[in-house]
Amino acid sequence: MSRFRIPVGFAVLACAVAVAPFLVSNYHTYQLAFVGLYLVALVGLDILTGFTGQISLGHGAFMGIGAYTTTILVVDHGWRDLWTIPLAGVVAGVIGLAFGLPATRFAGPYLALATFAIPLSFIGIVKRFPSFTGGNVGKNLPQLHSEFGWHVNPSIWFYVVCWVVALVMFPVAYLIVRGRFGRALRAVRDSEIAATANGVSTAAVKTAAFGISAFYCGIAGSLYAIGITYVNPDTFPIDLSILLLVGIVLGGAGSLYGMVFGALFVEFIRISWGPGILDLVSKAHHLDTHAPGSGLVVYGVVLLLVLYIAPAGAAGLVRQLLAIVSRLRSKKDTSLSDPSLV
Amino acid sequence: MTPLLELSEVSARYGQVAALHGVSLTVDEGEMVALLGANGAGKTTTLRAVSGTVRKSGDVLVAGKRLRRATPESVARDGVAHVPEGRGIFSELTVWENLRMGAYMVRRPDFKVVLDYFPWLESRRNQQAGTLSGGEQQMLALARAFLARPRLLMLDEPSLGLAPLVTREVFRVVSDLNEKEGLAVLVVEQNAATALAAAQRAYVLETGRVVVTGTADELRSNDAVRTAYLGY
Amino acid sequence: MQQFFQQLVSGLADGAIFGSLALALVLIYKATEVINFAQGEMAMFTTYISWSLITHHGFSFWEAFFATLLIAFVGGVLLQRTLIRPLERASVLTTVMATIALLVIFNGLAAWIWSPQLQFFPSPFPTTSWVIGGVHISKQDLGTFGVTIGCVFVLWLFFRFTKLGLAMRAGALNPAAARLLGVRTSWLLALGWGFAAALGAVSGMMVAPTVFLTPNMMQAVLIYAFAAAVLGGLESPIGAVVGGLALGVMLNMLGTYVHPVTSELRLPVALGVLLVVLLIKPAGLFGRVVVRRV
Repeated sequence: MSRFRIPVGFAVLACAVAVAPFLVSNYHTYQLAFVGLYLVALVGLDILTGFTGQISLGHGAFMGIGAYTTTILVVDHGWRDLWTIPLAGVVAGVIGLAFGLPATRFAGPYLALATFAIPLSFIGIVKRFPSFTGGNVGKNLPQLHSEFGWHVNPSIWFYVVCWVVALVMFPVAYLIVRGRFGRALRAVRDSEIAATANGVSTAAVKTAAFGISAFYCGIAGSLYAIGITYVNPDTFPIDLSILLLVGIVLGGAGSLYGMVFGALFVEFIRISWGPGILDLVSKAHHLDTHAPGSGLVVYGVVLLLVLYIAPAGAAGLVRQLLAIVSRLRSKKDTSLSDPSLV
Repeated sequence: MTPLLELSEVSARYGQVAALHGVSLTVDEGEMVALLGANGAGKTTTLRAVSGTVRKSGDVLVAGKRLRRATPESVARDGVAHVPEGRGIFSELTVWENLRMGAYMVRRPDFKVVLDYFPWLESRRNQQAGTLSGGEQQMLALARAFLARPRLLMLDEPSLGLAPLVTREVFRVVSDLNEKEGLAVLVVEQNAATALAAAQRAYVLETGRVVVTGTADELRSNDAVRTAYLGY
Repeated sequence: MQQFFQQLVSGLADGAIFGSLALALVLIYKATEVINFAQGEMAMFTTYISWSLITHHGFSFWEAFFATLLIAFVGGVLLQRTLIRPLERASVLTTVMATIALLVIFNGLAAWIWSPQLQFFPSPFPTTSWVIGGVHISKQDLGTFGVTIGCVFVLWLFFRFTKLGLAMRAGALNPAAARLLGVRTSWLLALGWGFAAALGAVSGMMVAPTVFLTPNMMQAVLIYAFAAAVLGGLESPIGAVVGGLALGVMLNMLGTYVHPVTSELRLPVALGVLLVVLLIKPAGLFGRVVVRRV
């Protein structure tokens, strides 16, 4: 059963993705496209945080780097937008490697501290060199047009692009965390000392994980820029980096499928779920729930509750559920194989 | 007369592994009792069950009263001092700061009495405790525990890692505290000969159970104990 | 030369603010190995409280200052007892995420309660300066430096000379041994959160007059404080303060004498410094040597 769980899960995900646009409006399709790109970012960050145990509070900036790469290439150099996507990943990945090289020499808290500075530094650098980046104003991208002779609504086309990328990157991540390298990642997470003693170069592993995660986030950022058709420094605030990490925790760090839940959360908590919860609260307490900041409070409280109630995230809950199911089933099995009956 | 410390049917486990299976023992006022046994017999766990640093079942009574709460700080406040394995010295603090920590629960600590027993501490008061020798650290731990004026002192392997001469010095001071100050002592030792020389009574533990008990003299003349723990 | 001294003094004033927030981080980190990412937002939130006391409740600056210290202290203790303590046995990721949740909540609450608009925060110091030998020294800078370092000094006295302060240090070094001596370490951790919150409040109230009060005003300061704490070795209280002062002076000097370093590049430069320091000395400039002697 467990041998088939992964391919079956992937097939279910792919089917859901294929069917969804037929069931919902164009606007919701557009939103679901963002879920796809967040999935790419989260899967990448999960390789670093969930599988290697390195907390990063700065990966929103790598999305920013990917977004700016795409924008500058398209706007200033006339590239076709789709072809910039892999390059955006490479640029972000290389910068991630360069940052990870020194940063990953340090254990837990130091890395999280250093990464916390990346988003604010990124914004500062973007503002400092306006002739290259467009400064505070940013740059506008042309609307995405469907290719290959397809004529569909831009929202649908964006959805297709995002999810094709996501459904390619997802199994790639699975291959990365499954094999020998994946074992090295987990060894570093569980005990750096033991990993080193077993011949794993922790610095190299952490740096590589950092680079891979930055690559994923760069791709996601490129898609993000294409989706919203503009970039400016405020598009990638520190909140985005935090939100990505929150998505990891809520989805369940160290689980790839959990990231689907994480991505749904990242996309919807600010736009629909948060205000929904607030509406419920406001009916009870007559609060001004449209005030700025109220959404943040909701998502902070949700995060806190999850940490207390289900620290392993959505994936952890699903795992518990499966365990209960299989226990029930094995109970049935043992009753059949009762020695008195044999 | 109610004993100062009474354990009845105390069991404890580390996760799945049971370390104590119903240990019962007593220590009277002013008495020095040794707890002997091989590695893993449950000696340390017995002390830890008393001081609340391991979860236990069964009763621990101090002066006939059940402990209020089984947390280390509240047991310490009930007058039971536990010098743990490795001595629990704050190696980054100075000698004097370590002593002040010993007096943490006491409103007016009597440093003078302590310095009478450990006069050398005075000249080392500003030295970092981690730079003391092993024997000196053990003495500092003793002095620190005594400052709180406990009713019962529990020592875990005071001889561990010390040269024989230093061990003898440590036991001399412990005996002094026991005889002159009337301090009850429960000492865990692997070095049975040293412990039996100083203690009045002893218990021998094997795999989490008390297997032999008696006065120090009785145990010294017990053939099984002699071959197993005294080596002659 | 005149410019140099002026920059030195404003650098020290900035640095004292970084240093006090860095010290708040170190206090909690030393005792629990948890980095409190909400430290900056807690400082911001308490600064709003003092602002509200001054503008809406008729407090003078100094009345509000001390009232806020008290509120911050109590708030810090309560936070630890109610939200952080239940996570004692949780993984590092979970605990870090809890402090991040607090960061998000405080940031949102401040905007919710007081609106995200810029607010003017009064300064207790005059805007004039003293002229000493042709050098203008701003009273604002000197006052900021004095108050912040004064608070740090009071805290140092507490840790050095009181029984409770000693117990807190001992509890951070070896909690198991401290408990065996009758120390209620769990309450001392809460006390540590209280002190850290109060220190953060000092840094917030000192920085607010120059940067204006907004819910995001402490984000950059927090990163400078991180850099300062890392410079100092994360475990050394003195290192954190000295690291803060060094960073403040360095950033001001770079901004004055190195043309391409404009205000936008202050943060990236701080990040660069942090990375270089960590590369050369992974344990920070003050390593462990100082820690052991404190």
